[in-house]
Amino acid sequence: MVDLTQTPPNTSDALQRKLKRRAKISATIRYSVLALIGLIMVYPLIWMIGASFKTNAEMFSSPSFWPKEPTLQGYIDGWKTSTPYTFGHFFLNSLWIIIPKVIGTAISCTLVAYGFARFEFPGKNFLFATVIATLLLPNVVTRIPQYLLFRDIGWLDSFLPLWVPSALAGDAFFVFMIIQFLRAIPRDMEEAARVDGANTLQTLIYIVVPLLAPAIISVCLFQFMWTMNDFLGPLIYISSVDKYPVSLALKLSIDTTEAFAWNQILAMSVLTLIPSLTVFFLAQKYFIEGISTGGVKG
Amino acid sequence: MAELHLKSVEKTYGNGFKAVHGIDLSVKEGEFMVLVGPSGCAKSTTLRMIAGLETTTGGEIHIGDKVVNDLVPGKRGIAMVFQNYALYPHMKVHRNLSFGLKLKREPKDKIERATAEVSGVLQIEELLDRLPKQLSGGQAQRVALGRALIKQPEVFLFDEPLSNLDAKLRASMRVRITDLHKRLRAEGRPATVVYVTHDQVEAMTMGDRICVMKDGHIMQVADPQTLYQRPANAFVAGFIGMPEMNLVPAELTPGAAPVLTLHGQSITIADGLASRISGVQGAVTLGIRPQQLEVVAAQSDNALTAEITNLEFMGHEVNLHARIGDADFVAVVPSERFDTTLQRGDPVGLKPIGSHIHLFDAQNGSNISIAAD
Ligand SMILES: Nc1ncnc2c1ncn2[C@@H]1O[C@H](COP(=O)(O)OP(=O)(O)OP(=O)(O)O)[C@@H](O)[C@H]1O
Ligand SMILES: [Mg+2]
Repeated sequence: MVDLTQTPPNTSDALQRKLKRRAKISATIRYSVLALIGLIMVYPLIWMIGASFKTNAEMFSSPSFWPKEPTLQGYIDGWKTSTPYTFGHFFLNSLWIIIPKVIGTAISCTLVAYGFARFEFPGKNFLFATVIATLLLPNVVTRIPQYLLFRDIGWLDSFLPLWVPSALAGDAFFVFMIIQFLRAIPRDMEEAARVDGANTLQTLIYIVVPLLAPAIISVCLFQFMWTMNDFLGPLIYISSVDKYPVSLALKLSIDTTEAFAWNQILAMSVLTLIPSLTVFFLAQKYFIEGISTGGVKG
Repeated sequence: MAELHLKSVEKTYGNGFKAVHGIDLSVKEGEFMVLVGPSGCAKSTTLRMIAGLETTTGGEIHIGDKVVNDLVPGKRGIAMVFQNYALYPHMKVHRNLSFGLKLKREPKDKIERATAEVSGVLQIEELLDRLPKQLSGGQAQRVALGRALIKQPEVFLFDEPLSNLDAKLRASMRVRITDLHKRLRAEGRPATVVYVTHDQVEAMTMGDRICVMKDGHIMQVADPQTLYQRPANAFVAGFIGMPEMNLVPAELTPGAAPVLTLHGQSITIADGLASRISGVQGAVTLGIRPQQLEVVAAQSDNALTAEITNLEFMGHEVNLHARIGDADFVAVVPSERFDTTLQRGDPVGLKPIGSHIHLFDAQNGSNISIAAD
């Protein structure tokens, strides 16, 4: 009898230890696999950062990412560029493209999305279908007509073809994203504001925009990163070197040197990454809130 | 403060659904009017038309001496309290309260004074620096109330403001709102209120008058007592009162002591009915409240004999469910007068108290037992 009463706790103890050990082993395996795959994914990036500190000669002679004799020469030469301008000039060009574009996108997409999500007007369904249709249309299809249009207006070799479409809510994806976010937000707050005497614009500014902040921040981030990385747009519309953004400037150094100075190219590529990464990490919290379409908690 | 009049107001929604069928309603200055009715009867729609959040597709809405049909909500002189509070989540309580006044560009010191006064009345001073998500349901509702109060509107509109609160808090908020209404009246600035609820306890305890609605029609507008004692039709009779009034088809034979026949059983109603009915006979609907249906021994004189189907002991009273044929009855008996030997399945006598019997037209349901006085 004594035996009987004492065995159960013992076995359950052993069982628990066993379960714990098993959980530990399975966690170890899981995280190892994840870490390995993660490493494979970021290895090119790590290699690029390491290689940007190598000499041009070492670059292709050793597969390791760790430079044998680290040097900043790539950065120094790369910054000078083969043009009359420093790389900083191209950075400023990029910013000069990005900032108006991001602001224009945020304002126009919010306005358009607010209209679609909250108002009834004739032809709404047709117009909304059009917006979605442009979302499905491959970009390349519109390139040539757009080019011809902007050429006829005389906007070639200026930033206008890059700014204006976005400032007119040309990025259907963002409009769609904000509409989805707005649909999840109850209308009561806006109605309360109208009862409080706010007109449509005041309701938008004081109530809707703050509620939409996570979504708008995500839109700005996406637009920032995509514009920073955009190569084709500037390539098509911008022809003078002094207006080049960094994406084109990087390519420039490949064109003009006979033996490619890879260390310079890589060094400048690393610099090019920095703005996007910084902005991303600064706004990470809102970004995740924004794309996981939550709206307001009850 | 002002009167509110609805004149044959209609609402047809964009999808062609007619939610409100030409209703007429007058709310006097300083009156507390409750709109009550089952879910989907267009209480909210009516309220939102008064607020201007929903367009009116027919008729006129008057607030004071203005027709407000084409005015935006902010210009109608109304304030509204929503079911789920609808506080601005990104603003502190203080700004939630003062937002309306700020939009009106009121001077700063006036806004401060108004905010202080309202938060004093509602005891939310210590919450002024919090965000709405840091409030409990009851606190949030008080802030929402404050946001309406601070504007000193002509008409207050409430859309089920208490239905998100638990029973206890609901009871205390109910008292708080009626107290506030009385207090404003005493201070000489009576508040005209339209209060939507589907809870008849709220309706009966809070309303000066109650407007019972059904499917976009008004069934009756009256003070709580009249509504309870002299319901205009079978719908109101069944809707107001707990448990529901018993409503069963019966046959009426008029006379000095009218005779009611149902399921082959006839009872003579000696008192209190003959004088109230005239020229009515044949098929009617008998209405009797559970509290006014006496439980007597089976086979008693002038009592219906029924079979007990269920007994619910509520503590201070017992709900006795019984059946005659396919007609179900409920009788409420005070516990101390209840015969505890009664069991489910036993026969029992049910005797409606004559002066409390209602008879309704079998076709249109209107009350035919109200003397034409
Ligand atoms: N936007 C709309 N379009 C079409 N029909 C609507 C719309 N809003 C409400 N309705 C319909 O109008 C009727 C009245 O709705 P309303 O919200 O006024 O009811 P209610 O009395 O407030 O109900 P509850 O007690 O459930 O809140 C319902 O049948 C509803 O389905
Ligand atoms: Mg409702």
